[in-house]
Amino acid sequence: MTFFILRRIGLGLVILLIVALLLFGMMHMIPGDPTVVALGPRSTPEMREAFRQLMGLDRPIFEQLGLFLGRLSQGNLGEDVWSRRPVLTMILEVLPYTVTLAVASFIWAVALGIVLGCAAVVHHGRWPDWLIGVLSVGLVAVPSFVVSLYSLLIFAVTLNWLPAIGAGEPGDIMGQARALILPSFAIGLGWVGYVSRIVRAAMIEAMGEAYVRTLRSFGVPERKIIYRYALKQAFLAVLSVIAIGFGGLLTGSVFAEIVFSRPGLGKMTYDAVISRNYPVVMGTVLMTSGLYVTCMIIADVVTAFLDPRVRSAL
Amino acid sequence: MNLEFGFNRVTGAALAEPVLDIGDLTISYGGGTPAVQGVHLTVRPGEVVGVIGESGSGKTSLAHAVLRLLPQSAVITGQHLSLCGTDLLGAPDKTVASLRGPGAAMIFQNPMTAFSPLHTLGHQLTDLLWRDRTASKEEKRERILAVLKQVGLPDPAARLETYPFQLSGGMLQRVAIAAALLMRPSLLIADEPTTALDVTMEAQILHLMRELRAESGVAILMISHHLGVIAEICDRVAVMYAGRIVEEGTVEAIFADPRHPYTKALFACELSLIETGISRMPVIDHEALRRIAPVMRGAQ
Ligand SMILES: Nc1ncnc2c1ncn2[C@@H]1O[C@H](COP(=O)(O)OP(=O)(O)OP(=O)(O)O)[C@@H](O)[C@H]1O
Ligand SMILES: [Mg+2]
Repeated sequence: MTFFILRRIGLGLVILLIVALLLFGMMHMIPGDPTVVALGPRSTPEMREAFRQLMGLDRPIFEQLGLFLGRLSQGNLGEDVWSRRPVLTMILEVLPYTVTLAVASFIWAVALGIVLGCAAVVHHGRWPDWLIGVLSVGLVAVPSFVVSLYSLLIFAVTLNWLPAIGAGEPGDIMGQARALILPSFAIGLGWVGYVSRIVRAAMIEAMGEAYVRTLRSFGVPERKIIYRYALKQAFLAVLSVIAIGFGGLLTGSVFAEIVFSRPGLGKMTYDAVISRNYPVVMGTVLMTSGLYVTCMIIADVVTAFLDPRVRSAL
Repeated sequence: MNLEFGFNRVTGAALAEPVLDIGDLTISYGGGTPAVQGVHLTVRPGEVVGVIGESGSGKTSLAHAVLRLLPQSAVITGQHLSLCGTDLLGAPDKTVASLRGPGAAMIFQNPMTAFSPLHTLGHQLTDLLWRDRTASKEEKRERILAVLKQVGLPDPAARLETYPFQLSGGMLQRVAIAAALLMRPSLLIADEPTTALDVTMEAQILHLMRELRAESGVAILMISHHLGVIAEICDRVAVMYAGRIVEEGTVEAIFADPRHPYTKALFACELSLIETGISRMPVIDHEALRRIAPVMRGAQ
C-alpha cells in the first residue's frame, strides 16, 4: 500500500513536471519580446531590463530552464510583476477560500446527486425517474453565473437573508459559513444534476450484473441490493470522474467568486490573465495542476482501498 | 390438477403433489419468435429432472421464468406455473419474492460472476439469510459454516473472509450450492452448474449434487446441454429443441430408445465426441434435421 501511494505521488510529480515544461515552453513561444508580453506594452525600458535580469532571459535557454526548474523545486513560483510579492504567498492567501468553497459545494452537491441518482434507479422507468432526469439535465444546463446572479438577487438583495458579497470576517466562523451558502449553492447546483446522471448510469450498469440476479433469486429485497451492493460498485465507477470534477471546482468557481466578490484562486487567475501577469498565471496554473493531481491520488487510493481486487494486487 | 402427469410417473413419488408444475408455458422476448413454447414440465418431491438441449433452445429462459428472474422484455404466458402449490403466473411480485429461496433456489451457470466482487463471501451469505430476523450473527455464521462443510469446502471459516476472486470456479460453485442449501429449498434449480468448470471440477460438483440428493432428498431441476451430466444424476429427462420439449421420459427409456430425431442427433453428437476425442460439441446440422423430421419444420 505504501509503495502504491509513493508510486502515485511519483507519477503526480512527473505530471507536474510536464505541466511546468509546457508552461516554460509557452512563455518562450509567445511571439515578440517576452518582456513586452509579460509586462505589457506600457512598461518602461528599465522595467523590461529589470525583468530580463530577474527572469534570466538574457541567458541561454537551457540555463533558463535549469534555473526555472531549480526555483520551482524550492517552491519559488516567482514574483507578481506589479506588486513584487511572491506568487506562492499570494496563492496561499487565497487558497483556503477556494478550498472551503470547493469542498462545501462538492459535499452537498455530491451527496444530493447520489441520493437523486439512487432514487432514479429505485423508480427506474417510472415518473420519479423521469422527473429526476429532466431536473438533472436542467440543472446541468443552467450556467453557474446565472444561478449566482439570481440567488444573489433573491436571497441577499430581496429577502436579505444572507450576505451578498465577501467571504466573512476572519475569525467569524458563523459569518464565513453564511457567506459560503450562496456561492456554494450556485457552484454545486449544476453538479447535483451531473452527479445524479452519472450515478444513475453507473447504478443501472451495476444492477445488470449477474450477482444482482443471484441476490434477487434469493429474494433479497431490491432496496438492500441497491444500497448495499450496487451503490458500492457504482461509487467506485464514478469516483475518478468525481475527483476530476472536484479539481474543476477549484478553478471553475470564477463566476461565483466574481459575482460574490470572494477572494479565490479562480478570480486570481482571471485577474492575472486580464493584466497579463504571467508569473501569477503560471503559479496559479501550477497550483491548480497540483490540486488536480492530489485529487487523483486520493481517488486512486480510495479506489484501491474499497476494491478488494485492486487492494490485494498491491 | 393435471392427472395425466400423475399417471405417467414411474417413480415412487408419482402420487405426491408436484413441487414444480409448469403447464403450457410460453416465453417471448419483445414479441419475436417465442424462446419457450407450450412447455409442460413437472418435478415431484425428491425427483431429479433434467432438461437437455443445445445452446439457445430456451433452457435458461425456462429456468429463470420459474422465479420471475427474466428481464422486463420477456412476456410469460401459459396455463399455470405452480411452485410448491402456489400458481405464480400473474401472481403479485410479493408472492414470487416469498418463494425465492425457500421455494426454489437457483444455482447459476457461471460461478465467477454469481457473487459480488466487492463483498466478502461471508457478508453475502449472511445477507441471503435476511429473512431470519431473530437469529443472532453467531447463529447465522454457524448455519453458514455448516452448509459450507456439507458441500466440502476446505477451511470454511477462513473462506468467509475471502472475496470471490480469491477462489477457483469449482470452489465458488460449491459456495453457490451451499448458498442454495442455506435456504432449505423445496426445489433446487441448477442451470448448467458445471459448464463453466473444467472436467475434474465438473465430476466433483456432480458427485456433490448426487450426495446432496441422497442426503436431503431435495427435488432438483437440472439443466444441461451435456448428456453425461443428465445420465449421471437424473431420474427423468426432458429434451428441449427450439423452445419446445420434444421428448420426455425416464433416463433409462430415453437412453435405451431415443425416439425423436433431435434426441438421436444429440446422442450421435455425444458419441462422435467420445470417438474422435474432440473437446467441443459439433454443431447440429439443422437443415439435415429438417429433411429427416418434417414435424420440426417451422419449429425454429
Ligand atoms: N434477454 C433476452 N432478450 C432477448 N432474447 C433473449 C434473451 N435471453 C435469451 N433470449 C433468446 O431466447 C432464446 C433462448 O435462450 P436461452 O438463454 O434460454 O437458451 P439456453 O438453452 O439457456 O442456451 P445456453 O445453453 O447457451 O445457455 C435464444 O434464442 C436467445 O437468443
Ligand atoms: Mg442457458
